[in-house]
Amino acid sequence: MPSAIAKKLLNIDIDFMRLRKLAFGLSAALILISLASLAIQGLRLGLDFTGGTLVELEYAQSPELEDIRAKLERAGYEQFVVQNFGSSRDVLVRLNQGFSPDVGEQVRTLLASGDIQVQLKRAEFVGAQVGEELRDQGGLGMLVALICVMIYVAFRFQYKFALGSVLALAHDVIILLGFFSLFRIDFDLTVLAALLAVVGYSLNDTIVVYDRIRENFRTVREGGPKQLINLAINQTLLRTVITSFTTLLVLFALLFFGGEMIHNFALALIIGLLVGTYSSIFVAGTFLLVMKVDRDDLAIPVKEGVLEEDGRP
Amino acid sequence: MLNRYPLWKNLLILLVIGVGIIYALPNLYPEDPAVQISGTRGSIEVTDRELNRATQALDAAGIEVLQASLENNSVLIRLHESEQQLAAREVIQQTLGDNFVVALNQAPTTPEWLSNIGARGVNLGLDLRGGVHFLMEVDMDAALKQQLEVTASEVRATLRTERLRFRQVSVEEGRLLIRLASADDLPEARRLLQRNLTDYVFEDSAADALLTLSLTEQAVRELEDYAVDQNLITLRNRVNELGVAEPLVQRSGRNRIVVELPGVQDTAAAKRVLGATANLEFRLEARRNADPLDTEEFIFRDQPNRNAALERDIITTGNNVANASVGFDENNRPQVNIRLNGQGGRLMSQATRPNVGRSMGVLFIEHKTRTRFERVDGERVEVREPYTERGIISLATIQSELGSSFRITGVGSIQEASELALLLRAGALAAPIYFVEERTIGPSLGQRNIEQGISSIQIGLALVVIFMLAWYRVFGIFACVALASNLVLLVALLSALGATLTLPGIAGIVLTLGMAVDANVLINARIKEEIYHRGMSPQNAIHAGYEKAFSTILDANITTLLVAVILFSIGTGPVKGFAVTLSLGLLTSMFTAILVTRMQVNWVYGKRRIESLSI
Repeated sequence: MPSAIAKKLLNIDIDFMRLRKLAFGLSAALILISLASLAIQGLRLGLDFTGGTLVELEYAQSPELEDIRAKLERAGYEQFVVQNFGSSRDVLVRLNQGFSPDVGEQVRTLLASGDIQVQLKRAEFVGAQVGEELRDQGGLGMLVALICVMIYVAFRFQYKFALGSVLALAHDVIILLGFFSLFRIDFDLTVLAALLAVVGYSLNDTIVVYDRIRENFRTVREGGPKQLINLAINQTLLRTVITSFTTLLVLFALLFFGGEMIHNFALALIIGLLVGTYSSIFVAGTFLLVMKVDRDDLAIPVKEGVLEEDGRP
Repeated sequence: MLNRYPLWKNLLILLVIGVGIIYALPNLYPEDPAVQISGTRGSIEVTDRELNRATQALDAAGIEVLQASLENNSVLIRLHESEQQLAAREVIQQTLGDNFVVALNQAPTTPEWLSNIGARGVNLGLDLRGGVHFLMEVDMDAALKQQLEVTASEVRATLRTERLRFRQVSVEEGRLLIRLASADDLPEARRLLQRNLTDYVFEDSAADALLTLSLTEQAVRELEDYAVDQNLITLRNRVNELGVAEPLVQRSGRNRIVVELPGVQDTAAAKRVLGATANLEFRLEARRNADPLDTEEFIFRDQPNRNAALERDIITTGNNVANASVGFDENNRPQVNIRLNGQGGRLMSQATRPNVGRSMGVLFIEHKTRTRFERVDGERVEVREPYTERGIISLATIQSELGSSFRITGVGSIQEASELALLLRAGALAAPIYFVEERTIGPSLGQRNIEQGISSIQIGLALVVIFMLAWYRVFGIFACVALASNLVLLVALLSALGATLTLPGIAGIVLTLGMAVDANVLINARIKEEIYHRGMSPQNAIHAGYEKAFSTILDANITTLLVAVILFSIGTGPVKGFAVTLSLGLLTSMFTAILVTRMQVNWVYGKRRIESLSI
């Protein structure tokens, strides 16, 4: 990169604090929409959480989903979902019934009648109780993660920073859940894993910004909290954008080349990454300002009985 | 000098990368398709004879053998083509018969010097190689009820012998209720019962002459452990019959058992074998002059050449066996202690009282299914036929009248004693177990998952490399070398630790690659800042950049690591795989992004005066 552009990029000075009202409005709107969607239609939980039976089949020729539904209905199955999985030749059948050992084979034989060739690729069954436990464990894990993070940040920084980072994380998690709820995308165990990874990633971003804010509060002499926070965001902006960009590069590789089984996982990470990057730039710093963080919060405690020489660091 | 690493530091970094490369190497050697031959039981020896018979049979069938070897009581035959595996298994099974299990396997081709230092390829999860996953749950309520029923019969027997009249002894809602005829007997009954039933909490109510027994918390825990262990043992035995190369049977949580069978596709057959029931029969040995119509000949389970005649009459069955364990007699020789329930005890004492001095045999009975391949109209069909296998596991002289608990002495070594106890438990009435989760992944899907996973790693890596080179130029090269060594170290760690790689695990690797450059982005941004804003010399800027970025990198990675550890602790199977690769990736990336790049920076810029940096 030519040094002239580099210099320019280093001297970015955007007044994020002036944009904070706008950002606040946007975040509030997204959170409201997410919460509304979660309250009204909830999450479309995947097999891992609801329990039930799933059969994945591969057809030699693309079948009509309607035919499959009709066949299943005639055979007496109730409450099933038939959808394409990846390609038009791959079909996923979800049954809400309990399990019988040969259900995969039964469904396959049922659909393979005549000259239609069908191959069984995968059959899964999860007991309702196991699903419920996973659901509880997932929620619990999320809470424990947030609390642990809060304790660590409070210990390394200060409680206002801890609160700020956790609020920013909650913001990301709610919007990501809202996205999955709004667009009715299956929320399964891998998506939960992605959600936790997003918590980790977004936290990483927020910590980098906070780290810089702390440093500025301690070393930069001019300007109030507003200016110092804004400075820190600008100083880390390039890094935030580049890291998000490289991570997005690999995530798109996953989304397009990783196969259908981790499609939703990659999607969750991409959305989470975008929201997380946005929140660490526009939200995390603003929360600090709302909580009236100032220099005293981060002053390095002065050792008693030692005379500090003028202002040298 | 400011930007120079001492020699030892450079050597150490290079050493770590070197070791990483060596331990990652086994993953580059493709696996050979193979079949593995082992005995259906530990007592059956696999020898050169079996090896030769198998290879000759393969030769005759026109299947070329790549290599055959005998190790650890099992034969491994490597083949050229994976299509030949099924045919080879069939041929060998027909040649060797039912005493041997022939399993499909993938044999590593890792050179000997690598396997000698413990280097091996990474374990692939079921979603990457296909197979069946079961999660089973032990029905604890039923196990508890069984236990209480056993105690109830003991209580009835005790009260009868002590001549304490009772109206009813019943099991209700996990408790044992004893209604005595008169409240006056309560203290006496309590005293008598408490002597033997130490696992119970006693409560009495004089008003209705009721004595309530409930198991202590600790006893319930023990019962749970026992029920799960008993099922684990039985499942392990049966999984061996399935002929799976690397099965996993493991306890999961308090009352669950995970069974993973790589390569198995026929879930129904697997479930039939796993769910098969074993039973026991206690019978007297036939007298020499007995009517042949009243006797039956059986072979010994572990000694196919030895047999004995038992009476047709059955004293009692495994359904009345409550427990069997290994103990020691007065001379410190191993023995097996058996406990029957009340009914079993009564039957046993009735049968043995007049027969002291004769022998009693224990028969182990298993219901199995045999799968054969037949040619019908030129097409290969699978034929399943159920059959029952009976074998004597113990034949011992009755020294005195036996009751509800007795022992078998003279059982040989401690191993033989535990084997016998194990079989007795396997045939005893087990706590019911049912399937709560089941996943089958086809081999083609597994193969495709691997291919897609690897191609997304390659594409992701290529994109990041191109971007880093274009953006940071020389410093981009440093970062890319670090990224490559990160991938090598991560693969090496995963392989050496024996972690299981799953599809989400691959996703974790890809994500790590994207995030690993973060540390370099942070460092490089700092270095530029020091140069352009503070006017530092390049040498000083490099030093300050690494220094200042370090605490940020540390904070950011530790918090992410925290989340990954939590993910690991709540996750199951695939999600655990993701957490493992993510956290290992964070650790290796800290090493490579800081130390490996710094080493290169020092080599290139450290020893000379420089005016500008290519950053």
